[in-house]
Amino acid sequence: MNSRERILAAVRQNKPELQPLPETTTFVSDFPDLVAKFCEILRFIGGTPVVVANYQEAEQYIRQTYGDLSNIVSKVPVLESLATTQWDVEDPHQLEAVDLAIIQGVFGVAENSAIWVPEERGGHRVLPFICQHLVLILNASDLVPNMHDAYQRLNVGEAGFGVFIAGPSKTADIEQALVIGAHGARSLSVVLLQNT
Amino acid sequence: MMNHSQAAEEFTHDVDRTTWHDKTLWFVREKRDKAVFQIPEWEALREAASRIKHNALSNLDEYLLEFEQNAINNGVKVHWAADGREHNEIVLQILRETGATQMVKSKSMLTEECHLNEFLIEQGVDVVDTDLGERVVQLAKEPPSHIVMPCIHKKKEEIGELFHEHLGTEKGASDPKYLAEAARQHLREKFLTRRAALTGVNFAVAETGGFVVCTNEGNADMGAHLADVHIASMGIEKIIPKAQHLGVFLRLLARSATGQPVTTYSSHFHRPRACQAMHIIIVDNGRTTQLGRPDFRNSLKCIRCGACMNTCPVYRRSGGHSYHNAVAGPIGSILAPNLDMRKNADLPFASTLCGSCSNVCPVKIDIHDQLYKWRQVLAAEGYVDSSKKQGMKVMASVFANPKLFRFSGKAGRTMMRLVPFSVSNPLNPWYKQREMPEPPKESFREWYMKRSSKEQ
Repeated sequence: MNSRERILAAVRQNKPELQPLPETTTFVSDFPDLVAKFCEILRFIGGTPVVVANYQEAEQYIRQTYGDLSNIVSKVPVLESLATTQWDVEDPHQLEAVDLAIIQGVFGVAENSAIWVPEERGGHRVLPFICQHLVLILNASDLVPNMHDAYQRLNVGEAGFGVFIAGPSKTADIEQALVIGAHGARSLSVVLLQNT
Repeated sequence: MMNHSQAAEEFTHDVDRTTWHDKTLWFVREKRDKAVFQIPEWEALREAASRIKHNALSNLDEYLLEFEQNAINNGVKVHWAADGREHNEIVLQILRETGATQMVKSKSMLTEECHLNEFLIEQGVDVVDTDLGERVVQLAKEPPSHIVMPCIHKKKEEIGELFHEHLGTEKGASDPKYLAEAARQHLREKFLTRRAALTGVNFAVAETGGFVVCTNEGNADMGAHLADVHIASMGIEKIIPKAQHLGVFLRLLARSATGQPVTTYSSHFHRPRACQAMHIIIVDNGRTTQLGRPDFRNSLKCIRCGACMNTCPVYRRSGGHSYHNAVAGPIGSILAPNLDMRKNADLPFASTLCGSCSNVCPVKIDIHDQLYKWRQVLAAEGYVDSSKKQGMKVMASVFANPKLFRFSGKAGRTMMRLVPFSVSNPLNPWYKQREMPEPPKESFREWYMKRSSKEQ
């Protein structure tokens, strides 16, 4: 017998009697205002929420806030003019030089301000992690209350890779002191579009 | 090797550090409470999580097969390892096939349990831990002392000293922000140059063949998305049946661990990138044995949040290293005896049985009951000190004999009053770091008898 068979045989022999799955595995969160909740939580975890009317205002905000950065990648077709280069790189290692990445999220979760970003939205899987700063664009209408709603909306195996991003990267490993900017992006702005 | 109480005694010699450690972990417990109180359905969520895990364990063979088949269909290579040694050899084999002599690794308690780093280093592979806390303990040549906060036992000045020596930071610098930035620069270079990355697995979904890795730092993703080969190591108990169950577990995990609403990154891996190889190693290493112990199998429900450690009065005051096991604290103390009863017989006694661990556990493991039950098993199997056993026997005979009990109580009170040194001396373990209480003038029984005779 190889290890696979040995492990499976041991599991069969030692497992308890079949226990049914619980009937209730989803719960309802009742937030009066999803955008307000999302913004409150995002601020709490170190991100910056920005509510704007449309892409034009989003572009203005990004120009004003990140105008001093030189290597900007935009994966949002409407905001392509913000990109300083095409950055159509083969090798993801080259993305190390990216100062700012602008990516469109699919939907956000109000209870924890996580945003679903599947790989096709960033081109390379590593882009939202390797960039120094990250801007995620999201339609304000694409917010769901909680994680149960999120997985109902999501076909999670569809993307080869997908990630919920909630806030900028952080660590509290040194004496529980919070430091924003561990290995991933040093800052995260989420631009919520109201009229789309 | 020192046992838990000896190691704890050493730890508590530094009173300031003990107090600081205690407070720091309690602060994390308080953050957990704040996050939990925002979820009105918290108890129902725990119940759901617990029952999903019960279902998963009771049908584990089927779920493992379903997971394996789906992962293979997704283009992932699946390996099985009966124990730590086999796991380590599979990792080495994959690295040799890739031609990689260097690897970056994100947090995986399983690889700590298997002593992967030591093995690979012996084989000439350079392994770099990339979680900040893990990198700190790796540089200090120590094991992690906490499963979520690996270097929580270290002061920032000590980390500053380590970084000065190994990363060339300024002498005496201890600002956490400065030190974290130095680690970011140091580890970026590693991420960019390593061709192999290993990550742990928080949840493996049978239904889709995918797995989820949760981090705050982004180190698992920086490693995996830049490397040619991604190896994910998981214990057999990481399986959950369906993707929608992730909703339950992701709501519980970070809130229980650090009081965050969710970790910064919840990464869902299903297929390798173009030109990348992805491997999953499914490891037993004693888990099927634990599954066969009806009193202890529930420990396999653990999702490694560390809440039981942060709340434990013994862990907080004795430090993670005193548990001499990859997983410390209450949960470690019920997992470890399964791996080696002789070596870990002291751990189920490193508890007051107060039950705080069971109260905060997000998957409702009956941790303190299991600690109590392990004591019975270990005593029956002959792994408990004869002096402890003898003492218990004497106590049992005193408690079983009312006359002897009354006499002993009276004798004790009189001795403490007349000859306080008879108990207030270093030979009495209860006197260590404690003042003995004032002996009462009478026992409850004497007081009660007097009172009832007055009433008559």
